[in-house]
Amino acid sequence: MTREPATEPTPEAGPETPAPRTIKVLVWDLDNTLWQGTLAEGDDVEIRPGVRDLLETLDQRGILQSIASKNDYQPAMERLQHLGIADYFLYPQISWGAKSSSVETIASNLNLGLNAIAFIDDQPFEREEVRHSLPDVMIFDVSELSGLSDRPELTPRFITNESALRRQMYAADIERNQREESFAGPKEDFLASLRMKLSIGAAQQEDLYRAEELTVRTHQLNTTGYTYSLEELDAFRTSEDHLLLVADLDDRFGTYGKIGLALVETGAERWTVRLLLMSCRVMARGVGTLLMNYILTLARAAGTHLVAEFKSTDRNRMMLVTYKFGGFKEIERRGDLAILEHDLNNIQPFPDYVELELESYESLMGS
Amino acid sequence: MSHRKTLIRDFLARFFRSHELDDGEDIFALGFVNSLLAMQLVTFVEKEFGITIEDDDLDLDNFRSINAIDALIDRKTEAPANG
Repeated sequence: MTREPATEPTPEAGPETPAPRTIKVLVWDLDNTLWQGTLAEGDDVEIRPGVRDLLETLDQRGILQSIASKNDYQPAMERLQHLGIADYFLYPQISWGAKSSSVETIASNLNLGLNAIAFIDDQPFEREEVRHSLPDVMIFDVSELSGLSDRPELTPRFITNESALRRQMYAADIERNQREESFAGPKEDFLASLRMKLSIGAAQQEDLYRAEELTVRTHQLNTTGYTYSLEELDAFRTSEDHLLLVADLDDRFGTYGKIGLALVETGAERWTVRLLLMSCRVMARGVGTLLMNYILTLARAAGTHLVAEFKSTDRNRMMLVTYKFGGFKEIERRGDLAILEHDLNNIQPFPDYVELELESYESLMGS
Repeated sequence: MSHRKTLIRDFLARFFRSHELDDGEDIFALGFVNSLLAMQLVTFVEKEFGITIEDDDLDLDNFRSINAIDALIDRKTEAPANG
């Protein structure tokens, strides 16, 4: 029984002003919205003024974009390519089906909740159809187009290096998944064919926004769910008795960006892993174990004891399995917090399907 | 009776292809067992044999070999059924 992720507060929820919701995907209608005219009626459609800039602005902010349009797929895609904007859109849904089901398909392909989706269309009927079937989706009329880039829902709190790359990272994922589906050999061979490269090292100042974002956005592959402010993370980064580690993953399709984070308190008597998380995007890559193993080798080099905290939720069992199968044993329980210990014997060797670039113990502890 | 072990062996064979697994063989000694394989193994045992693996059961020793997994299922299915 999985619990639904927390939904955004509704405006009626109480007297306090709720935090503005965050839109992660804007779904476009085409005819008389994105472009002027109706393609199927033979119009020589041109992109609506301002739309090209808006596509680029939202893309740079890390807001994904897609299409729900009633048209024939091939001519519409050709038109988008001709206009030089086809690459902006992930999973475009161009068919004669209901737009609500197009929007649902997009959300499910991107693995995002409907409350992270906005839809813009010039037709009252289409807006109403989506609103009726999918009340969580935010709806815009084309008349609201000019103010869209100023809306708080479409203005992320932070723009990180990852933001501008987000669409390319998703596009690379789509290609990877297609390869994976058509790959006949065993899983290990597929992983090897990706030529993955994992880098782990101390977090730098410029990594902190992304680190904070990871603590807030990651639920499944997260050992404790602790969230920290930027200031706290920066304090850990510079603290003598903490290690804040960041992992980057690349493969031959491109970068996944920063996908792993760990916070280790390096006390004199023992080290404590307070937080270990991996982005869900790399769940099928088997790299969570690598970050854990790296911490184990560091602790062994330090000649210290190593424990890890674990806070069970209904979604993060995979991380408990990672710890337990990695050789951790529970030694203590305080309420819902489990303390696990690793004796630092029998650390599994790193696998050969991923190339590793690991910051050395001396470099981590020396600086 | 050994049907169960055959099912477990068939499942594991997908991950250790080039190697014929003995019932007592330590799969963790064979090489890298990543979190994904571990999770798939736990899910497989739960679904295939209709048991629930509690946090306390998530012990390396319970999943170390075909025999160990078989014994774990034994214990879980023998649990007193009065209740």
